[in-house]
Amino acid sequence: MLRLERRPSDSKLMMALSPVLAIVLTLAAGGTLFSVLGHAPGQALYTFFIAPLTDLYGWTELGVKVAPLMLCALGLNFCYRARVWNIGAEGQFIMGGLGGGWIALELMHLNDIWILPLVLLAGTVCGMAWAALAAWLKTHFHANEVLTTIMLNYIALNALLYAVHGPLMDPDGFNFPESALFTESVTMPLIHEDYRLSISLLLALLVLAVMWTLLTRTLLGFQISVLGEDEKAARFAGFRTRWLTWMALLVSGALAGLAGIAEVTGPLGQLSPHISPGYGYAAIIVVFLGRMHPLGILFASMLLGLTYMGGEMVQMDLTLPKSITGLFQGMLLFFLLACDVLIGYRILPASRQNPQTAN
Amino acid sequence: MDIDLLTNILFATIRTGTPLVLIALGELVCEKAGVLNLGQEGMVLMGAATGFIITVVTGSLWLGVGAAMLAGLFMSLLFGFLAISLVANQVATGLALTIFGIGLSAFLGTEYVGVGIEGISQLEIPLLSSLPVIGKVLFSHDPLVYLSWGIFAALYFCFRRTRLGLTIRAVGENPESANAIGMRVMLVRYGAVLFGGAMAGLAGGYLSLAYTPLWSEGMSAGRGWIALALVVFASWKVERVLLGAYLFGAASIMHLVLQGLGFSVSPNLLSMLPYIATIVVLMIISNDTIKAKLNTPLALGQPYRPQI
Amino acid sequence: MSHRLLVKLAIACLLASGINLSAKAADLKIGFVYVGPTGDAGWTYSHDEARKYVEQQLAGKVTTSYVESVPEGADAERVIRQLAAKGHELIFTTSFGYMNPTLKVAKRFPKVKFEHATGYKQSKNMGTYMVRAYQARYLSGLVAGKTTKTNTLGYVASFPIPEVVRGINAFTKGVKEVNPAAKVKVVWVSSWYDPAKEREAAETLILQDADVLTQHTDSAAVIQTAEAKGVYAIGYHSDMSGYGANAHLTAAVHKWGPIYLEKAKSVLDGTWKAEDLWLGIEHGVTDLAPLNKSVPDEVKSLVESKKAALKSGDIRVFDGPVRDQSGTVKIVEGETMSDDQLRGFNWYIEGVDGQLPKS
Repeated sequence: MLRLERRPSDSKLMMALSPVLAIVLTLAAGGTLFSVLGHAPGQALYTFFIAPLTDLYGWTELGVKVAPLMLCALGLNFCYRARVWNIGAEGQFIMGGLGGGWIALELMHLNDIWILPLVLLAGTVCGMAWAALAAWLKTHFHANEVLTTIMLNYIALNALLYAVHGPLMDPDGFNFPESALFTESVTMPLIHEDYRLSISLLLALLVLAVMWTLLTRTLLGFQISVLGEDEKAARFAGFRTRWLTWMALLVSGALAGLAGIAEVTGPLGQLSPHISPGYGYAAIIVVFLGRMHPLGILFASMLLGLTYMGGEMVQMDLTLPKSITGLFQGMLLFFLLACDVLIGYRILPASRQNPQTAN
Repeated sequence: MDIDLLTNILFATIRTGTPLVLIALGELVCEKAGVLNLGQEGMVLMGAATGFIITVVTGSLWLGVGAAMLAGLFMSLLFGFLAISLVANQVATGLALTIFGIGLSAFLGTEYVGVGIEGISQLEIPLLSSLPVIGKVLFSHDPLVYLSWGIFAALYFCFRRTRLGLTIRAVGENPESANAIGMRVMLVRYGAVLFGGAMAGLAGGYLSLAYTPLWSEGMSAGRGWIALALVVFASWKVERVLLGAYLFGAASIMHLVLQGLGFSVSPNLLSMLPYIATIVVLMIISNDTIKAKLNTPLALGQPYRPQI
Repeated sequence: MSHRLLVKLAIACLLASGINLSAKAADLKIGFVYVGPTGDAGWTYSHDEARKYVEQQLAGKVTTSYVESVPEGADAERVIRQLAAKGHELIFTTSFGYMNPTLKVAKRFPKVKFEHATGYKQSKNMGTYMVRAYQARYLSGLVAGKTTKTNTLGYVASFPIPEVVRGINAFTKGVKEVNPAAKVKVVWVSSWYDPAKEREAAETLILQDADVLTQHTDSAAVIQTAEAKGVYAIGYHSDMSGYGANAHLTAAVHKWGPIYLEKAKSVLDGTWKAEDLWLGIEHGVTDLAPLNKSVPDEVKSLVESKKAALKSGDIRVFDGPVRDQSGTVKIVEGETMSDDQLRGFNWYIEGVDGQLPKS
């Protein structure tokens, strides 16, 4: 048997190595899985992880997936650093898309330059408001945010369904549950007209830079990290923990809302019952995969975005079922969590008792 | 409202509430021991898929039920290894378990979508089931419903009267001092997590073998999450879990019943009801801080490190 | 994994995929995009059966591939585009939510032919197709009206879109023709696929005295419930008698095969053109599954004669007089509903109990 021994301090090396190790293990397990299914593991892994990115189009499509993932994840990261377990990015994303989309439908026949920024702002505010509900429930009623945000996700989804089946339905759309198509004035500008990639990726990168600075260079970032490390110490130092909780949820709600409205006014171009393929939940994986660090989140969203595209690719080329995507994502996170133990602990054979740590 | 209709609604409420009872009781034990497992949805689906597959392959419903529990057990073992042995973040591990479970169950079940089986049939308890109203509401269910009551009674007894119940609570309140007085914290936590897994698997088996005897991807439709809220709703009290589960069950079928009675309401707005109700209850029970603190396992979600 | 091994694997993969491509280059490649899993026994299943039918009928001339469970959001466009980019010359997108994505991709790939099921938008290289499933619904209504003892029929429905409302009305039309005293009760479950909810809806309807049930959702839970409760049921999408040998009276089934075969042939011989295809029972694309043994001969021959009359065009389902729920005549005697009216059906005809959910 093996046992764990606490390292005197966290291993920097392992912090960097652990994701790499997790990816290698996932590839190994995935390769085994593919060969069990009767596919050459090399070819299957190639189809899954490399084939989607063999042309410029593939890379731009990756950008289309990365932008919303990254926006949601950067917000969640802020929350999780403060130990506020917001599971509600999905609902905040949907409310951002719904609220902003509503404003877009109202204003889209105007042709002014300020319409699109206004729509984006509306979406951001709606996402923020949805998260504010959870913040209010937490600070005023001590209601556990994990539970309230999960419930709010379901309520948001039903609100969206209600809207597209009712008030926001396209009057000329034969009663099908979707809104009218947005006009040019409420559509995110594309980076290049041949691809779907819009400026939302640039927005996401900008947010990344801002968050990085915020977390490492400002008092707020410092307070958040102290609160995350030790709530008592934070309180002792006189930090307003309530205020920090509000900040964490508002920022993360705003970013998820922005992601939502950017998706609706970007690749979707209308409101429909399916505006999110689960970006809000996937973003949670991204945060953990990305070591709660902005740069890590960039790579993690790319990796996760790739698993979706790879999933489609293996369906087309190898006729494997869609569930492979979920398997890969689950395995990746499991291996990462398992490898992370090496950051704080050494693994030793149980027999070699260290006299200092034995009771 | 005529009595027949009421009887039937109550009967349906118990049927709808049963998977919630099973999952929530499992999660309750888990949380009492200080472990928060957000992987319920994944474990339920694995139970549903495995139970169904084994039943189709072997033709035995009870082997299916056993397999469903084993599948839940296996999934929770994975969780326990990461979250207990390797002290990984419980929230992250639980979510990973859910994602993995949804994917794996869909993957295993692909061949079995659209296959029909004869489900577990109702077992009318002699004499009792012929009582007016009560007989129909309480004593005409399938055996798994009775099993859920048995487990409920056992847990109620366990937490009221037994040393085991005390031990579980001690481990969830303060693992360090529990360890100091000689309790085996890791063992208790593993036991609680595995129990939770088996119960979630059983709930999955109930869905795919008794409730709607078929397999379809994601067929638990968020019940794992509801059960999680339910435990908080019940403020970690066994008897309130039972009550809460039936309330939730009633809320989730209410819009169907209302439509049947001729009320025309937007189904989407009605579908929000159970979730809004949960939030309201969370507000009420959490607001009374002292009361909530008394019941909340103090070490909930905190990993326990056996060595300094 | 070592560097060299990776390089070797990559080369091997490239070679392997290259060989595959050259071997298949001569065939007509047909792509299918499905909204659900291929084994759902419902909508997607019926499309996949048709795909296999085409492959078998045109063996050696076509190859097909499909992507299942494609969410009706931003991902759909990428999947459709990937199929086009991979050399599929004919692409079927089989759910309403794919309409706008298909249209967008069709613009970018003018040489590829696109066919979208259930939509209302066409372009130079994108046609639409649909089956007149309501004809089979009407026939099944005749059986239900003759079978019911309680004069109450139960209908488990998903979302109030025209296709579903049309089905309810057609079913009711059939019921009323043979049993003027009967009424149809509808319960909406707000989901295409949630077996537990479908079962509860069925139970609710049985409580309301319904003794023949049918559904416009994708699972067989309604049939199973009817079987368990000793009432009758009528399946949809495919023959569901496997789920309840006694309860299953018949089913309104789709047969997409003839449409897919026609389209594939027309691409092969160069005669394909974009059209709005709405085929009915005379083309064999919608039909009733074999009637249950318990259905009396008198009813059987009634169904046969009505079917023949529909095929020959002597009658149409919504021939006047058609009254709405208030008894107002909407279509006068001697006239029939136009296709445009059918497409936008958003009111109940006389005989449906309760109100159509509106917002």
